[in-house]
Amino acid sequence: MFSSETLDKFAREVAKYPADQKQSAVMACLAHAQEEKGWLPAEAIEAVANYLGMPPIAAYEVASFYNMYDLKPLGKYKITVCTNLPCALSGGYHAGEYLQQKLGIGYNETTADGKFTLKEGECMGACGDAPVFIVNNRSMCSHMHPEQIDKLLEECK
Amino acid sequence: MAMMGAINPVLMAGLNGDDGWRLKDYVARGGYEQLKRILQTGLTQEDVIGEVKKSVLRGRGGAGFPTGLKWSFMPRSFPGDKYVVCNTDEGEPGTFKDRDIMRYNPHAVIEGMIIAGFAMGASRGYNYVHGEIWEIYKRFEEALDEARAAGFLGQNILGTSFGFELFAHHGYGAYICGEETALLESIEGKKGQPRFKPPFPASFGLYGKPTTINNTETFASIPFILKMGGEEFLNLGKPNNGGTKLFSVSGHVNRPGNYEIPLGTSFAQLLEMCGGMRGGRKLKAVIPGGSSAPVLPADVIMDCTMDYDSISKAGSMLGSGAVIVMDETVCMVKALERLSFFYHEESCGQCTPCREGTAWMYKVVHRIENGLGKPEDLDLLNSVLGNIAGRTICALGDAAAFPVQSFIKHFRGEFEHHIDHKTCLVPKDVQWAGSGFHKIPA
Repeated sequence: MFSSETLDKFAREVAKYPADQKQSAVMACLAHAQEEKGWLPAEAIEAVANYLGMPPIAAYEVASFYNMYDLKPLGKYKITVCTNLPCALSGGYHAGEYLQQKLGIGYNETTADGKFTLKEGECMGACGDAPVFIVNNRSMCSHMHPEQIDKLLEECK
Repeated sequence: MAMMGAINPVLMAGLNGDDGWRLKDYVARGGYEQLKRILQTGLTQEDVIGEVKKSVLRGRGGAGFPTGLKWSFMPRSFPGDKYVVCNTDEGEPGTFKDRDIMRYNPHAVIEGMIIAGFAMGASRGYNYVHGEIWEIYKRFEEALDEARAAGFLGQNILGTSFGFELFAHHGYGAYICGEETALLESIEGKKGQPRFKPPFPASFGLYGKPTTINNTETFASIPFILKMGGEEFLNLGKPNNGGTKLFSVSGHVNRPGNYEIPLGTSFAQLLEMCGGMRGGRKLKAVIPGGSSAPVLPADVIMDCTMDYDSISKAGSMLGSGAVIVMDETVCMVKALERLSFFYHEESCGQCTPCREGTAWMYKVVHRIENGLGKPEDLDLLNSVLGNIAGRTICALGDAAAFPVQSFIKHFRGEFEHHIDHKTCLVPKDVQWAGSGFHKIPA
């Protein structure tokens, strides 16, 4: 189910916790699993649960509770826009509208070529750098005005 | 770089942007000297806790509880595992200080946690990092590797019998995990749903063991308090409000960012440090302590000093020190609509008053914003929020109720105008003019 590289990552996460508390690694393992698969199909969640010796339903509860796990396939680049109030005051809404215009899709939609998925996010803890985006849960982009947005979209090959 | 300015900085003193975060840089700034002093000169747990108490350091995560007192609640002589947990799940809208502390001074957090472990007899710690700041989480893991390699973490630290292990655990998008017992549940690999208190974490915490949870800024302050002495730290601020504090200023100022200033500095001075209002527009309102703190109108906040007691006296909370500044172009109904959506979205669903109540509050504010409000809606909102506040396991219910209550209290006229005229008091073409977003090309 998972590459040996991902399994090595799993082992490093498990080692952070007491031997009888392997379940603590579920959040990190699900994140690694999603990184490899692009999203979290039910089989991947079950495989993580089996690896950690916990009931699959308990792993599914975690995967469905936290917003950054994707339980459905999505575009190659997931762009999450913070539109919470502090960001909105400094252009968060506008940046989201600009992205929607450029990509021709709304929030929670994917472009026809499968390249971009757009999401509206909650506070990312970077309000001073607004507007902010996160790409694929990993890379935070600050001060996203039209010029920077154009550049970002070009860099997403 | 988001550190924009400071007066008498402590935590962020001598930092040089992205270049100064590594162990060698921290050591060059005097880092890990306090850990060495404690272990090599035989300071006791009581000595350390006593110094923290003297500093009147109050919890920087939002509640403002005295840290030294909290530490003294831990059963230090309890045999078996005890835990120290750092809360870097920074998702309170408006707050972005812990991200900068972790980015520019991660070893201060690590040293603070090791010292806390020593003081409370804990041998293991976790730092729970907001999942959205992935790059910072990775950097913190690198900093931990450095500290381990240098012998500051692990067994027999500096050749003594004291050992302490520390690991990073990341969140993955749940505001509720900033609540300390939800955070513990999350570390245990479960949904982040808060626990009923009591028992408090000091007696039943992570894995059921005694645990103390503090905010990132709180831990990062510890080495500096020990270095300068509790009394000197206290004197940086004002009585009962010890030290300097980081304020995250967002919204309609010329230079949003983090500012480390002594507690007790006037809001007017902070606003001036931020370069004043963007475009020279007029200040309308400020949320002084993160989105969960009641909003204050301009004339009230302009008379406040930035410390726990002054903001509390004015009817709000210093909270996490997240200062959200709004100018005259903001429609307060629309602003509240967005905040209400946030609490509805992030309610964990465990307690009925919060799960159902936050949905109703959003629904009603949304209809007022969209010209469908009814004359009885403001009373309805007050009734709903009154049935949430104080009736839930954790403080998210209260946090969702405070903005609604305070927005209606201070800006009732705007809400009534929306309901009566089906339109906004701030003309549509003016709204959000202060956002500073460069024009969308036609």
